[in-house]
Amino acid sequence: MDSLALEIDRVCKSYEGFSLKDVSFSLPRGYIMGLIGPNGAGKTTLIKLILNMVHREGGSIRVLGLDNLDHDARIKSRIGFVPDEPRYHEDITLENLKAATAPFYPGWDETRFRALVAEFELTLSKKFKTLSHGTKTRFSLALALSHGAELIILDEPTSGLDPVFRRKLLDVLSGVLQDERISVLFSTHITSDLERTADFVTFLQDGQVMFSRPKDEVVGSWGVVKGGRELLDEESRAFFEGVRVRALGFEALTSKIEPARQMFGDRVVIDQASLDDIMVLMGRRE
Amino acid sequence: MRILISNASPDPIYEQIVQQIRAQILSGDLSEGDPLPSIRKLAKDLLISVITTKRAYEELEREGFINTVGGKGSFVAAQNPEFLREKRMKAVEEKLADAVDQAQLLGVGPDQLIEMLRLLCAEGE
Repeated sequence: MDSLALEIDRVCKSYEGFSLKDVSFSLPRGYIMGLIGPNGAGKTTLIKLILNMVHREGGSIRVLGLDNLDHDARIKSRIGFVPDEPRYHEDITLENLKAATAPFYPGWDETRFRALVAEFELTLSKKFKTLSHGTKTRFSLALALSHGAELIILDEPTSGLDPVFRRKLLDVLSGVLQDERISVLFSTHITSDLERTADFVTFLQDGQVMFSRPKDEVVGSWGVVKGGRELLDEESRAFFEGVRVRALGFEALTSKIEPARQMFGDRVVIDQASLDDIMVLMGRRE
Repeated sequence: MRILISNASPDPIYEQIVQQIRAQILSGDLSEGDPLPSIRKLAKDLLISVITTKRAYEELEREGFINTVGGKGSFVAAQNPEFLREKRMKAVEEKLADAVDQAQLLGVGPDQLIEMLRLLCAEGE
């Protein structure tokens, strides 16, 4: 069995005013990867490329060891996908939507589906159009987790969910990962969800991968330096990967925590950077 | 076994796990042969990443506190009694060194310190 769930190599795609440039990263089997980045960074485009829903202009994508263009159907039956805006025929009940979906998957597990329906508090007799955004996501998630998928891809799944269900989602995903063949790719801008459970974090900005690393390394290796504006000059800026200037001082992202500590001493405070700090400050020049 | 993770702690999560399991082995709450939850089970229970729990177990293994048997899971390792005693002695020594530092700050000399220790030992008996 191939040890990588996902292998993305120098992938390119351009639209007017936007392009993904040489995107490369990989996700080993059995782990959760968070894909983070501001709106418009290219997260959804990248996911569509992985699923072969849009045409790719360069590079290669292997899913579960298979080229995603050559083995489109085979791959799709082994992926569980939750889109950011689940769309199904509006006038059909959930029961019938399920009946229409299940035959596409050789591995459909009705018992599992029923258990998820109960856990996610879904009512199958309801019509799709009557559901709230959050409930649509839950239904879509129940479908995605019921056919023995080996790769679960979720595009902004938590954006319409309340904190209680967001926690439940993390629980469910950790449960899925008890089987070490299964992997999860999860795009989000709510980084607190990832800060707990993600094994790897890939940060996309302006169509480029800024980093793709184990989360524990990311969280430990960046600091936020806060100090008075008088400290900002060309020399000090060389320490920073991003700076935000405010009325009462500046905030800067640094990967050189120790050198920065030595250089500025007591004149600054240095905190460990959260994923949010990294997302907000990276590349910012003020 | 009990593990409580603090998000406010300056120690990384893997380190918190190592410290707590180590403490429970040293105190005897966990004894030789006791099974530990699998890496993935522990990650799920604590809602943290698999890589984090893996790193914690690797550290405990390196320190000789646990053994991992392929396909069976991880278990509390047999503790060499002498080694264990040495480790505990070291902890005592560290605490005493700390007390000496504190005493020096207050200008308390060795004689007075020894007297205090004698009294404390007598109380404990």
